[in-house]
Amino acid sequence: MPIWEPDKECMSRDELQQFQLERLQATLNRVYRNVSFYRRRFKECDFHPENDLTELKDLQRLPFTTSLDVSDSYPYDMFAVPLREVVRVHSSSGTMTNPRVVGYTRQDLRTWSSLVARILSAGGVTQDDVIQVAFAYGLMTGGLGIHYGAERIGASVLPTSVGRTERQVKIMQDFRSTVLVSTPSYALVIADKLDEMKVDPKRLSLRYCICAGEPWTEDMRREIEERLYVKVTDNYGISEVMGPGVAGECLEQNGMHIQEDQFHAEIIDPGTGRILEPGEEGELVITTLTKEAFPVIRYRTGDLCRILTEPCPCGRTFHRIGRILRRCDDVVVIKGINIIPERIGDILEQIKGERPVYQLVAVRDGHKDQLEIRVEVTEQFFYDKMREQRTLVDGMRTKVANFIGITPRIKLVEKGSLVRQDGVVRLFVDCRNPVR
Amino acid sequence: MLKVKSVHTYYGNIHALKGVSLHVRPGETVALIGANGAGKSTIVNTICGQIKPLKGRIEFQGQPIEGLAPEEIVRRGIALVPEGRQIFATLTVESNLEMGGFVHRNNHRQVREDMTRMYDRFPILRQRSRQLAGTLSGGEQQMLAISRALMSRPQLLVLDEPSMGLAPLIVREIFSIIEELRREGRTILLIEQNARAALQIADRGYVLETGKVVLQGEGNTLLEHREVQRAYLGKGAGQIVDA
Repeated sequence: MPIWEPDKECMSRDELQQFQLERLQATLNRVYRNVSFYRRRFKECDFHPENDLTELKDLQRLPFTTSLDVSDSYPYDMFAVPLREVVRVHSSSGTMTNPRVVGYTRQDLRTWSSLVARILSAGGVTQDDVIQVAFAYGLMTGGLGIHYGAERIGASVLPTSVGRTERQVKIMQDFRSTVLVSTPSYALVIADKLDEMKVDPKRLSLRYCICAGEPWTEDMRREIEERLYVKVTDNYGISEVMGPGVAGECLEQNGMHIQEDQFHAEIIDPGTGRILEPGEEGELVITTLTKEAFPVIRYRTGDLCRILTEPCPCGRTFHRIGRILRRCDDVVVIKGINIIPERIGDILEQIKGERPVYQLVAVRDGHKDQLEIRVEVTEQFFYDKMREQRTLVDGMRTKVANFIGITPRIKLVEKGSLVRQDGVVRLFVDCRNPVR
Repeated sequence: MLKVKSVHTYYGNIHALKGVSLHVRPGETVALIGANGAGKSTIVNTICGQIKPLKGRIEFQGQPIEGLAPEEIVRRGIALVPEGRQIFATLTVESNLEMGGFVHRNNHRQVREDMTRMYDRFPILRQRSRQLAGTLSGGEQQMLAISRALMSRPQLLVLDEPSMGLAPLIVREIFSIIEELRREGRTILLIEQNARAALQIADRGYVLETGKVVLQGEGNTLLEHREVQRAYLGKGAGQIVDA
């Protein structure tokens, strides 16, 4: 498979380090000058980029940036350029009190497109492909991110976005889509729909499937490959860092190459912040090296994985990250939406003025992920009349749906029936296939 | 080929370079742009051994060269076309070229051959070979300075402000000479105040500001960059007024 930018993706590690150092210096000089948040942080630890950054590892002196920091600078406080130079704004799916808002300059968009072009090429896409982008378009980075990269390659792009599965299948048949981009669970939903509609997947033109957006497993990959007759690659993106295109798997299917000329990656112990060795499992921390509008320094992604440094047979010299194992904070990812269980309690509390005892459960029905909210019944949440009871449940469902963007299933359960650990109910239980 | 890593240079008390890193790959033309006093010439002088950096490393073809004497650095393969040309005005054109071939002085034949090559490249210099260099026009002097640098058969050619003090028409000619050198596959580090012309012919560029690199990227990318346009190309200011 052709490599999109061989001079970058295959450069020697030595040269790469020089690139990273130069770009890191420029980035730190710029954030120190332009972003008050970073200037304050740097001063607090007495770090002056011009004097204190001699080698890449000097970066380790700087504090981490968290998703909360980004939330707190809502909407534009962490931008490093005036808004006049920002040509695109995206916002994370986060359900924090404030969403995390990110911006892009014209140059950022160019970089982003070529990064996505790289991962799509790595996953088999060429200009001859018809690519069906079944990621959500809109404020989230998934849809438009992939879209621009696919256009950069010169593929024919079908921006179908998510949902309306029957129509997706029809388009896939009639437009002869050769590549599907979707979450892994949605790829399987499409496979189910094909069965239901009695469409023979062998008669489709599909060749490749590019998956991302949620934690998934090797078993799911195999299932998608067997049922859709495609080769499936994994890729990784996060809005605060860029969106899709941060790392992507090649057809070797053995981990996602991090675009190291653009991002510096570290793996840390999420508890202590200690930097871990390659191969050790920990939280992925990313520093952007060229981003202009929204650079991040040592951003804690909350995603657990390991860095693989063994050379890859594909010829790319960028190190890889293994599959994202899970989240290390309390963020729950369902259908590509990040949910903080605590916030759901805030919403439920608004309904009756009392915080109920509740638990979020992620379940997988067939291939569809579902969010179930179990609420323990109390006087406040109990009615003799069925109708009133229904209204309450409906109210909860709509309210939560409006807030997080997906409709949960609400289940009222008997008081005291939720499993307690040391007297406390675990706010989140994952009943989907365990990863690994 | 050339790697500069976190170099700090002082002029007395003035901290002129504050952790500058840059590199040039074989066959590449890299532009270094920035306003007066940004530290462009300090980098040149540091690379070429006229000033010693206080901190940081400079590697040329894998070998550290920081702290070496200027003539040793020339011997290693870096040739400088200095700012203001600095030709030997009281010597003839031919003697200037001979001086350029100084490191090869024991190989007389090679020096003669190279000189013929320079005359073929710039026929005007052949016509003026017996003339004192000081009597040449600005553009001719620049051609002589470039030829003199090439006489050492450098691996890396460093051009410090080649367009300075020249008429616009001559500037265009000088840049087309640099362009030609680039096409021949030479490795060039080009220091320029004329950001537009430099970035147009460069593969990559660095923007220097008060001794620090604040932007880097491919030549045409930088050329379109809003900050570069506003600060160095005089574009963008009008848009603010219009808005």
